[in-house]
Amino acid sequence: MSTINLNGAVQQRVRSERPAACLSFARSIMLIARREFRDALSSKWFLLYTFAFTTLAIGVSFLSLAGSGEHGFAGFGKTAAGLLNLIMLVVPLMALTAGAGSIAGERERGTLLYLLAQPLSRTELLLGKFVGLAIALICSLCIGFGLSAGLLAWRAGGVGAGAFLMLVVFTSVLALSMLSVGVLISVQSRRAGVATGISLFVWLGLVFLSDLGLMAGTVLFKLRVQEVFALAIINPLQAFKMNVIVNLNASLDVLGPVGMYASNEFGGSLPWLLTSVITLWCVLPLALAILIFRKRGGI
Amino acid sequence: MIEARHITKQFKRVLAVNDLSFDLEPGGSLALWGSNGAGKTTLIRCLLGVFPCKGTVRIDGIDVRRSGKHARARVGYVPQELAFHDDARLGSAIRFFAELRRVELIQAARSLEAVGLRGHESKRVRDLSGGMKQRLALAIAMIADPPVIVLDEPTSNLDSAGRGEVVDTLLKLREQGKTLIFASHRPDEVITLADRVLVMEQGRLVQQTTPEALWPSRSSIRSMRLYIEQGDEYRAAEILREGGYAINHGNSGLTVAIEQHRKAEPMNHLAERGIGVRDFELLRDVHDDDEPEIGIATEQLSEVLP
Repeated sequence: MSTINLNGAVQQRVRSERPAACLSFARSIMLIARREFRDALSSKWFLLYTFAFTTLAIGVSFLSLAGSGEHGFAGFGKTAAGLLNLIMLVVPLMALTAGAGSIAGERERGTLLYLLAQPLSRTELLLGKFVGLAIALICSLCIGFGLSAGLLAWRAGGVGAGAFLMLVVFTSVLALSMLSVGVLISVQSRRAGVATGISLFVWLGLVFLSDLGLMAGTVLFKLRVQEVFALAIINPLQAFKMNVIVNLNASLDVLGPVGMYASNEFGGSLPWLLTSVITLWCVLPLALAILIFRKRGGI
Repeated sequence: MIEARHITKQFKRVLAVNDLSFDLEPGGSLALWGSNGAGKTTLIRCLLGVFPCKGTVRIDGIDVRRSGKHARARVGYVPQELAFHDDARLGSAIRFFAELRRVELIQAARSLEAVGLRGHESKRVRDLSGGMKQRLALAIAMIADPPVIVLDEPTSNLDSAGRGEVVDTLLKLREQGKTLIFASHRPDEVITLADRVLVMEQGRLVQQTTPEALWPSRSSIRSMRLYIEQGDEYRAAEILREGGYAINHGNSGLTVAIEQHRKAEPMNHLAERGIGVRDFELLRDVHDDDEPEIGIATEQLSEVLP
């Protein structure tokens, strides 16, 4: 009987301590995130990426306006379409390298040991760094998109701004997914240089090699259209591209038989399927990174 | 206060800490003594829960493996050299750790005051001297007034003045009743600060003793660094250890604890076994203001060496 009472007391204590533990968990994450955000803002690489993205986004906006003859809808819609290729090149590069430097950089500088010797769990540290970098990345993207949108609104009005806004949201989710992959690379790497090298290789694979591989695979193995579609959307960049095209109310026919198959087969649920794929790319690598980081035998 | 049972840590094929157990009562001070590679740093990291290891560690009754975060909240850690973002200013660095440990900023200011760093808040961490960095690490370690302070060779990168400052601060902490665990290569520090010594060798606990037992005539003990011909260092360390000398084999040579009037003995001991000593240096005591006694010892050396 006394054991039962004791267990009850313990359970009650655990229940009462749980909200405090959650609060402490959230506070630690936000503290690390704040520091990471500040560090990112003072990082030359980050400023360079932001400058490059902003300049290119404004450049694309100018070109789109020049082609659309100052009609608002064409301005926003065409800019979104024009930005698509730029985003697929620049954003994964930004996010992958930022994530790759996160833990490996601290490890190389020797600061990771010092942080881990503080009242901080590995999960809190990793999530804090992820959140801080995510906020910095999204701010960086918002600067580029914001200036581009300002230019479009000034010259062509606000029609079609919804599609542009969705592009910003999708791009942010893509950035988070690539950041998640970058962090996974980082927890496995001893040196920041190695982590950056691997992330560049992954970027190359996702941006260029996967398309070439898919084309080669289709020819070599005579893949069916549904198999090609399944293989294509595994790549988060392809899922992002299709999602943006669907969102712009454009026909997926531009993507050939695979696009037609996707439209016919999935119809209205296609955006959800594609969003789910990208979301999984955000969650799974990060979860795996936390698991590996927690199980590491050393620092 | 600290209860360590059967701590074992293996890195692939290397057994860094091998089945080590000890207890440390509140207010006690324990020195970890041993050569490079003896497992002192690994043991410290296991105690902090930074390295997962076999066995159990309890700090203030809290299991480090199960509640590492809560256990570490009761520990202040001072590394060999403070590693924090070099661009950060001292003020923002200490504010970050104050927030991490959930203490008021006034406590951070008091902590800086205690180590004599008040007024340096606007300096960048990279611009601090080695001694100031270690004092900052001490300030961070003391910020939340934890009952336990763990130090990993806190003075190894400091000059004599810096060493003295750190040791003085640690003596004050002892007087306040803090529990100290520290790794050191210097007998004078161990004699000054510790009331117990764990002698470690290749990850094993060889001896659990007191500084008095390790160096019986403690008042006349000096640290002497021997520079051995390259390739013979490990053999020399082994010979001296077998000869009953308390030695430490560090990156900068062999440090031998020796009585004031028997300084040539370890060199003779090595010479008899065919190992030459290239150079030597008498290290200054933590509170010794004199210059290294190289001249005096050289005279004595010329008298006694063959």
